[in-house]
Formats: sequence, C-alpha cells, structure tokens
Amino acid sequence: MTIHVRAVLRRQDFELNVEAALPLSGVTALFGRSGCGKTTLLRVIAGLERVRGAEVRFGPLLWQQGRHFVPLHKRRIGLVFQEHSLLPHLSVRGNLLYGYTRTSPERRRLHLDEAADLLGLAALLDRPVDRLSGGQRQRVALGRALLSSPDLLLLDEPLAALDTQTKREIMPFLSGLAATAGVPIIMVSHDPGDVERLADHVVFMREGRIDGIAPLRDALARPDSPLFVDDGVASVLEGTLGETNHLGLRPFGPDEARLWVPADHTNRAGQVRRLRILARDVSLALTDPAGISINNHLPVVIERIDRPRDGRVVVACRMTDGQLLLAEVTPWSVQTLGLRSGQRLFGLVKSVALMA
Amino acid sequence: MLGLGPEDWQAIELTLRLCLYTTAILLVIATPVAWWLANGRSTARVVVQAVVALPLVLPPTVLGFYLLIVLGPRGFIGGTLESIGLTHLAFSFEGILVASILYSMPFAVQPLHEAFSNLGRRPVEVASALGAGAFDRFVTVILPLTKGGFVVAATLTFAHTIGEFGVILMLGGSIPGETKVLSVLIYDHAEAMNYDAAHRLSFMLMVFAFLVLFIVYTINRRFEIAKL
Repeated sequence: MTIHVRAVLRRQDFELNVEAALPLSGVTALFGRSGCGKTTLLRVIAGLERVRGAEVRFGPLLWQQGRHFVPLHKRRIGLVFQEHSLLPHLSVRGNLLYGYTRTSPERRRLHLDEAADLLGLAALLDRPVDRLSGGQRQRVALGRALLSSPDLLLLDEPLAALDTQTKREIMPFLSGLAATAGVPIIMVSHDPGDVERLADHVVFMREGRIDGIAPLRDALARPDSPLFVDDGVASVLEGTLGETNHLGLRPFGPDEARLWVPADHTNRAGQVRRLRILARDVSLALTDPAGISINNHLPVVIERIDRPRDGRVVVACRMTDGQLLLAEVTPWSVQTLGLRSGQRLFGLVKSVALMA
Repeated sequence: MLGLGPEDWQAIELTLRLCLYTTAILLVIATPVAWWLANGRSTARVVVQAVVALPLVLPPTVLGFYLLIVLGPRGFIGGTLESIGLTHLAFSFEGILVASILYSMPFAVQPLHEAFSNLGRRPVEVASALGAGAFDRFVTVILPLTKGGFVVAATLTFAHTIGEFGVILMLGGSIPGETKVLSVLIYDHAEAMNYDAAHRLSFMLMVFAFLVLFIVYTINRRFEIAKL
C-alpha cells in the first residue's frame, strides 16, 4: 500500500513541490535538512495544511482532491509532535483517553491498561501533565495517539526536543512500534542516526522536493548517501541478540557472521536489533589476524570498491549472512593489498554500537 | 431602600437587562470573529480588526448618529422592518441593544483574540487528530483553555455597556422602561438639579466599576502567573 501525495505550495521564502507515492510498510522516514519541507509535507498528508490543488490518497481512500477534503478528525491519523502537545487541562489519563473515547468500540485495538504497560505510564496516570519530564510527555503523546487506534501514525521529529539520555529511554518504544501498533508510520527526521535506527524506507528531501525514495538498505549502500553527511559512511546490520557471556558481551547475528556487543539493561536475548558500524571503524585484513586487540573478525567478500572521495575509499563487503559491511580505507591500502571485487578477506570491526 | 425611587429601580432593571443581553449576544458573535482574527490567514483581517476597534476612538455620538439614520423609520434597516410590518428600531430597547452590541464589540473581541492567539494552533490540531470535530474541540479544548479570556471578555462587555451614554442618548432618547438606562437617568437627575439622586446612582456605578476592574486584573494576573 502507498500514500499518494501531489502538492505545490509557495510561501515567501519556501516552496514545496512534491508528487510521490510513499511506501506504507513499517516506518517511512522523511529525511532532510531543516527547512527542506518535510514537516510541511507531513502536515499536507495530515490535512493540517490545506493546500489548494493538492491531492492526497491513502491507499484506496481519497483524502483530498479538488474540492473534496476529508478533515483531519475523520482521517484516523495518529499524530505525535516534536514537543508541547499534551492538553494541559487534562491529566495523563485524560490525555490518553481523549482519542480513545472518540474511537468507536469495535475499532479499538488497544486499551488504557495495555498502553500504560507498554509505555511504562501506569504510575503516572493521575498526574497533571505539567509535572512530567520531557521523555514522559513524549511517551504520553505516543500512547494517546496509539489509543485512538489510528490507520496511520505520523511522527514529526518526536525525538528532536529530547536530550540523549531521554532519547535512549524513548527509543525502545519507537523501534518495533510499527509492529506492535500494526500500522504504517511516517516519521520526519533530520537525524541520520534516528533514520538508521527506525526507518525501513527513506524519502530524501531537499529544498521542497523529493530527491528519491529508497529502502533503508539501498539508501545505506550508496557511499554518497545524504545519511552519511554528518558522521561519515556507516553500515547498519540487523541481527538477533544471544545470551550474555561471562565478560558481559552478547553475540549478535548468526554464528558465521557474529559480532560481540556490550550488554546493558536495554537489550535482551532473542531481540532483533540494529547495529550501526561506522565505515572508518572497519579495517580489512587479508588473513584472520591473531594477537590483535580487536575482537570482531568477520569473513567477508568484497562486493564493490568505490572511487576515492576525499582521500578515502569505501569498500563494500558482503558478510556470510548476506548483509553489507562498509569499510573505509586509503587508496594506498587498496593498492598495497591488491583489493579487488570478489576477493575473500576479513573485516575487523573496532567498535560497535547497538542502536535502539 | 438605599433612598432609590421607583424611577431609579426601573432604570437599574433596564440597565441590567441591556447589559445581560448585550454580553450574551456579544460572546456568541465575538468568539468566531476573534478566532478568525487569531488564526485566519486572510489579509482582510486587519480591516476587520480596525472596524471592530472603531468604537474605541469614535465619539459615541457618531456611532449613535449613523445608527439613528440606519435603524430609523427611513433608514435601510428600519425602513425594511417597517415594510415587512414590523417597527423601526430608533427610540426602542431593541435599538439600543443593537447599538450596545456594536459599541462594546472591541471589549469582547480583544480579550478573546488575545486568549486564542496565546492558545496557538497546537491543542486544536491535537484534538482534531484524536478525532474531535469542530464543536467537540471548542467545548473540550478551546473553552477550558481560554476560559480566562471569556471571563474577562464578559466582564468588560457588561461593565462597558453600563457606562454607555452618548450612543443611547442619540439613538434611544430617554424613554422610561425602554431606553432610560442609568447613565441617562443620572444625566436627567443632574439636569433637574436633583443632585442627591444623581449622587446616589453615580456612587453606586463607581463602586461597581471599581469591582469589575479589580476582578479583571486579578484574573489577568492569575493567568499570567499560571503561564510561567
């Protein structure tokens, strides 16, 4: 299923001009710099921005075309804003139930106690919302949206206003949300890290236009991807966590492509998680080296060697489980090691960070 | 009681009736106007804002004069009413009610305009996303979050209507039980050198006006503190 949007909007210093079919499976991220129009696009989809001549079609449902316009309250959309969106005259319970009571009973897929358990809000139900922390507020906003049992969830930079610590607290709720809620999510973000953690598809936006739409995996396979502008090239691996060993490390992924990651309270055995590995933290070796402090050695096959950019070469390596590991080396190393595609060698991963 | 004669009581009763009707009707009219002023995008907003504020700067006699012309037997509205078998509105309670509504409009619109501007669009957008229709949003979100603005608007409108004089004199004259409100009666008392009677009513009005302003400022301050 897709959501079809066509909209042209001109403001003094800004223009939005899009025509696209956005994928509706799992999480779709609208990614781009501030001011590129991603929030405006989200508002057009929601019906908060009634742009003349725009067309919005959600699967088979026509939301906007010509004079036909379905108002937001009839679209069955769950909206989570950046911040300050709780109704200040209601308690946590009042906020959570606002949409729930306005949803017909046969449509309700989630109930108050389930949502409170899921988001860790059970102890806060009777608290006034001005006595919540930033992270708690976003959890209430999320729970409130879920309790209205929406057909589509729109998140407008839900993490942008939170500090790193609070973000870590919210992240586990957000990842896997599409699966638990059973609804497609469209999320606005300017943070490559958030996109890599959460998205299944990425919509790249620039200056009011859509540059491209790609599955995250493909988006990450391009070394010039806009996702890499801030931190450099990175690979995102998906895998299942195993039991913690005596050193406090957990195995990640299948035996033949195993990485060891530090265990902490946010991860459990059996969880499917994503791992982000910066290409500059990956070295290549022709043989499996012994006597080296790096623990993560992975047998890989070179799939592609990109052209040098800024004195660095990105080497895309296929792991035995089929996932792509990117390594950043110098052109000199490429020459001295005689690297070529199809070659078998070892990827040495210096540091790994579990995401969400 | 209080040394007031039947004429005074009649004027008090009339004045209160005028104030209540004006306040009730104005709140209904001013709410959508103020909402549109606070949230609309049209450039016509400035024009409407200026028109609503006109009574603040015009001499009441100007407003009264034009109303007399329009609402009178040969005026556009008065004449139309006559032609469909009703009576024109000059020198009648209905006439001064229309005048009061126009004359007190800025005192109802401005506090609401400010309250709605402070509220912003977010709470309304949130309520829509959660499935609340327009009326539902108004009752369950806008009203509770801007009730201070409504209290101030109602109080100021009520008080300002009591203080009306010029417009009523121009349009309504001084007909007991119909258009002779307190301010007009005080004028009549003073004209007739009946200073004791004028003094009693004047003093009552002064105390009342002080109480109203005291209440308004207390509410305003409380809301400012709550915002911090």
